Amino acid sequence: MLAFLIRRLVQSVVVLLVVGAVSFGMFRFIGDPVNNMLGQERTQADIEQLRDRLGLDRPVFVQYALFLRNAVQGDFGVSYRQGRPVADIIAERAPATLELAAVSGVMALVFGIGLGVLTAINRNSWASSAIMTLSLVGVSLPTFLIGILLIYVFSVQLEWLPSFGRGETVDVGGWSTGFLTQSGLIALILPAITLGLYQMTLIMRIVRSEMLEVLRQDYIRFARARGLRERSINFRHALKNTLVPVITVTGLQMGSIIAFSIITETVFQWPGMGLLFINAVQFVDIPVMAAYLMLISVLFVSINLVVDLLYFAIDPRLRIERAKA
Amino acid sequence: MKRSLFLSTALAVLSIGAAAEAETLRWALAGDALTLDPHAQNEGVTIMLQSQMMEPLVSRAPTGELEPTLATEWAVKADDPTVWVFKLREGVTFHDGATFDSEDVVFSMNRARSEESQMKGIIASVAEVRATGPYEVEIVTNGPNPILPAALTSIMMLDKGWTEANNAVTVQNVAAGEVTFSSTNVNGTGPYTLVSREADARTVMRAYDGYWGKDSFPLAFDEVIFTPIQNASTRVAALLSGELDFIQDVPVQDIERVKATAGLKVESSPENRSVFFGLNVSDTLVAGNIDGKNPLADLKVRQAINMTINRDAIRDVVMRGQSVPAGIIMPPFVNGWTEELNAYPAPDTEAAKALLAEAGYPNGFPITVDCPNDRYINDEAICQAAVGMLGQIGIQARLNATSKALFFPQVNAMETDFYMLGWGVPSYDSEYIFNFLYHTRDESYGSWNSTRYSNADLDAKIKAIAAEIDLTKRDAMIAEMWQAAKNDLAYIPVHHQMLNWAMKDTLTVTVDPDNQARVKYFALN
Repeated sequence: MLAFLIRRLVQSVVVLLVVGAVSFGMFRFIGDPVNNMLGQERTQADIEQLRDRLGLDRPVFVQYALFLRNAVQGDFGVSYRQGRPVADIIAERAPATLELAAVSGVMALVFGIGLGVLTAINRNSWASSAIMTLSLVGVSLPTFLIGILLIYVFSVQLEWLPSFGRGETVDVGGWSTGFLTQSGLIALILPAITLGLYQMTLIMRIVRSEMLEVLRQDYIRFARARGLRERSINFRHALKNTLVPVITVTGLQMGSIIAFSIITETVFQWPGMGLLFINAVQFVDIPVMAAYLMLISVLFVSINLVVDLLYFAIDPRLRIERAKA
Repeated sequence: MKRSLFLSTALAVLSIGAAAEAETLRWALAGDALTLDPHAQNEGVTIMLQSQMMEPLVSRAPTGELEPTLATEWAVKADDPTVWVFKLREGVTFHDGATFDSEDVVFSMNRARSEESQMKGIIASVAEVRATGPYEVEIVTNGPNPILPAALTSIMMLDKGWTEANNAVTVQNVAAGEVTFSSTNVNGTGPYTLVSREADARTVMRAYDGYWGKDSFPLAFDEVIFTPIQNASTRVAALLSGELDFIQDVPVQDIERVKATAGLKVESSPENRSVFFGLNVSDTLVAGNIDGKNPLADLKVRQAINMTINRDAIRDVVMRGQSVPAGIIMPPFVNGWTEELNAYPAPDTEAAKALLAEAGYPNGFPITVDCPNDRYINDEAICQAAVGMLGQIGIQARLNATSKALFFPQVNAMETDFYMLGWGVPSYDSEYIFNFLYHTRDESYGSWNSTRYSNADLDAKIKAIAAEIDLTKRDAMIAEMWQAAKNDLAYIPVHHQMLNWAMKDTLTVTVDPDNQARVKYFALN
């Protein structure tokens, strides 16, 4: 177990270093921030001076090494766009993204598993067919379009829900939360649906097919023969055995919910890290892009680690095999 | 600390008093201010947001004329053409209660001229600023500068005491990794005070009770909530759903939709920005010469290109009517603009082909058109249309559309033969265009001239108008210069962009040609 953990940690560091190197290699293709930072009246001398001060003339690996050296000390530099420390900006933006991701994630899990089980048990009912057909929409429509559609229906036509922003937020120990105000909760609804819909349908379809697989197994038949109640067969015996693939997918999807909230945040002007990243790309705000990409890769790496550890908890076979080895 | 507590209590009490008829303006556009430090960024949205809270000596009214703001009158000193005398407004206070006087002007001007300032380019001609009384300052320029007041419209005034007390004398410098007090706090003389600000999310401002202009401007709103909304569809949706009162940038395809909605209207006006193509007129093409020559260096080829661009079609099809076709790269209402100069040739494919054949290119030649895709209204679509039009006379144009972050460095490095550019004229004077776009590129002139156009006679005149204080004589020179520039066709004009502001129909707003909305001018019916 310990050896496994250490090995995974070393691998994680290597992954992070590679992601950083690739990002820095790519920044030069995004463009040059200098023009965005200087006004129309700038002279050639101003441009060269700024490039020099930002260190943009240095080779990419030198820029990367400097970034790493400062990052290790907790200094992620200053945003070219906002002129404030990147660490502060990200800390300020993280709550918006994390709250949105948490709500979407919980929604995707609860409805995904629930509907997956229901459609598996009542596989021939018309309701199941309807849900399955609708789920195709969730899987195939791009997030951007879903967001705009929801805005059109619920904001413009019905005027029930806000089309942008987080509503009012309350500051709790440096964490700005939208959970404590009515407008904050209402503002969460559309973005959360937009962001979580794909994951929800994905989880639902996986749970359903796994359930169908499991329900055919002998031990389920024996359980029925023993006269166990349907509810206990479905949820205690069958569902539990479908969870390994569900956890893998859910884990990775949680990462994508945070990482790919970029589109949802842009559509709903949700002031989170995704919006920050889009702004950074447009402005070529290298410190923000670098910090964000590193943060996202840390997130993915840790989620993978947690998922691996969860396997141990859920699947006894893994524990036994490891012990033998 | 005590002071601010007192102030906020006072404000709270005031706001309760005013709550009975408090009007809030909910306002959105695509971008947000980059900083609140008035001298740290020379960028449109940044200056616009700041100008709700801070003020310059002279500003430009939405109608385009210069308007006394913190200075009440100004004139060139009788015996010295290099000195401008500004009389300051008396009885003006900053938001913290401090009095505005000449000391603050000297301080602010020097801060704006300092090494770290991004405003120093606009007022590069200023040599010295001195106080000659509590409400009078003299600005000394390097040589006579007849249009100095127009250069001051984006130089905001700060309180010397406040700035010094908060260690914000040095302008915020992003390159050096500095964060200053003044980049997140405001103490100006403007009509609105800063209540709260979250960058890229929301900025709340409240009417300043002690504003000097309370009786001079409509000041219809007690509170202003400014929200950047990047996504154009969301922005329009939020206006349609009634969550916003005013949005500044309506995509051309949504204008009719907004107009058709009850309770909303769209106000339009030509923007202070011309869109055009720049051509490499030197002896060598960046992409490699054709038969040892650069076809664009031949005036006949440029005339052929000028003749094949169908500006009316671009207006009707690409811009859905939202542009004013141009025969010159100068927006209307800039000093020097005339109807005759703006005349453009009717598209004539046959004549253009004949000109090309005369120049020795009967079968055309290949060329790459470089174009931004996120800078001007429908920029990429305009280029696409132009590529098709060039094809009609046999020029094999290839479109290369990239983001502005890639495009502008490419233009600046002159690694292009045929490029799109948009140009606004903050000074409202032709000199600005000549300085940056027509003068031979060197250390201090022609920094945006990537055409390699160089005309010694024009260069001499550009330097001459800068110091010509006889305005009649100066205007005559400008007219002459434009004629030469227009004939040489280093740039192929396309059009002047239109601005479209959408709002509740209860608002009365004059569209500002510089796209600088200032809430103090807004009225409610």
